[in-house]
Amino acid sequence: MDLIVSLTVNGLATGMLIFLLAAGLTLIFGLMSVLNFAHGGLFIWGAYAGVSIYAVTDSFLLAIILAIITGLVLGLITERLIIRPVYGNHIQQILITLGFMLVLQELIKVVFGPDQKAVYPPAWLEGSFQMGDVILIKYRLFIIAIGFLLFLIIFLILKKTRIGLIVRAGVMNREMVQTLGINIRFVFMAVFMVGAALAALSGVLHAPYSGVIYAEMGLEFSILAFIVVVIGGMGSFTGSLLAAILVGLAQAYMAYYVPALSLAVNMLIMTVVLIFRPQGLFKVKG
Amino acid sequence: MTFILETKDLTINFGGHTAVDHVTVQIPEKKFTSIIGPNGAGKTTFFNLLSGQLSPSEGSIFFKGNEITKKSATDRTRLGIGRSFQITNVFPNLTVLENVRLAIQSQANVRYQMIKHFLHYKKFEEKAHTILERVLLDGRADSVAANLAHGEKRKLEIAMLLALETEILLLDEPTAGMSLEEVPAIIDVIKQIKAEEDRTIVLIEHKMDMIMDLSDEVLVLFHGELIAKGTPDEIVENETVQSAYLGGMYDEQLA
Repeated sequence: MDLIVSLTVNGLATGMLIFLLAAGLTLIFGLMSVLNFAHGGLFIWGAYAGVSIYAVTDSFLLAIILAIITGLVLGLITERLIIRPVYGNHIQQILITLGFMLVLQELIKVVFGPDQKAVYPPAWLEGSFQMGDVILIKYRLFIIAIGFLLFLIIFLILKKTRIGLIVRAGVMNREMVQTLGINIRFVFMAVFMVGAALAALSGVLHAPYSGVIYAEMGLEFSILAFIVVVIGGMGSFTGSLLAAILVGLAQAYMAYYVPALSLAVNMLIMTVVLIFRPQGLFKVKG
Repeated sequence: MTFILETKDLTINFGGHTAVDHVTVQIPEKKFTSIIGPNGAGKTTFFNLLSGQLSPSEGSIFFKGNEITKKSATDRTRLGIGRSFQITNVFPNLTVLENVRLAIQSQANVRYQMIKHFLHYKKFEEKAHTILERVLLDGRADSVAANLAHGEKRKLEIAMLLALETEILLLDEPTAGMSLEEVPAIIDVIKQIKAEEDRTIVLIEHKMDMIMDLSDEVLVLFHGELIAKGTPDEIVENETVQSAYLGGMYDEQLA
């Protein structure tokens, strides 16, 4: 029992981190049909920027804030300089964003050095709760709580606000939104920046969770995020949460029971979903 | 008579094919103008040029005397040119009410208060209900648009167009694909808009009785060229039109 609970908490925490990365990715894809392979770069930059200030000030809250700001600024730059010139051309998007991903990754080594960095949770999140046989690690619960909270906030913004309505409509049919006289480029820039901030936040939260950060983890994590976007239905925000949890849980259980399959399991889930439901769990486009 | 929309030598080539060929027309303000012509005559392409979905190879377009040839579709909607599409173009996963609200909130005077009304839009919902009542769709306000019947989707499209409050309505075959029972309701809605006499309506249609009944002026396109224009009666009398188009089309309809 304690094992199951522990694996589940693990899986949920990983799932939430993937979700934060995938949420931006899926909305960016749905809204502007842009494949952004540089998303993982925002993840590592969030992690490194946050961890650096965390090391100096010992304030994890400050680390989170700086990571979010880094994400917003990098998001703005990426959208303006990298994405904008290649709207509508998927091949060019893949090439330039993947290239930019590598640039961001190598720049990490230039700015912060090539070595791995060890990171520990802040004192107030260290340790665990014990309930009978079950041990719940505080930091993992913290990640799960933040993930759910952000899901709820963004879900409500999408459902209940005017800009949310434009985003939902834009994901379904961008041209039609423009025909209504709405400047979707501006909305897209806003969504891109928020998506980038979520990726950066995911990075900084991931740091104490894995205990170590390194430049290549961005690419590794963004592959998971892409899998989640495909499983959830490209453009579906709710779908990305469910798929992220599915992938997180599958990985956690497999890592324990069938370690050899723990990496393959995500690909397996994606394959099965693509065979039986090619549009993903949630269909968005009309 | 003042003209709200004018084209001069408007032309578009697709490869070697000239879909719209030097069309010069003047659309009178607050009148009902219809565009007819056999399939492939270039009617929808002409609409796409007017609304900015396509840019012309040659020629120019004027809105209230100002050239708009280079303006984007978004800008043209903002200026006051709204259009519907031949294929229904509502947002399938939004509710009927949300579809209309989206159109309302895209209007100029509302748009610039984005932050102010970020969280509350009760006013828009009320307005959306009023518009839905006009097109007899208020009963379905909370249905997801994807679940509507085809005719209801067309009504929703017209509701969205009304919500935009544009001075010009470009209606591209609003009755296309409808069952016979659904057609009269749409015609009633269009008649009602016409009766208010505060908008310019341009209609593409194949239903001749509807065109004869509603139009102040009829433009006839044939192979991309404007071959005739005049009142419905003049068009029926026009021999060029008769030989080139009407006879053929009536045969087509009977077939």
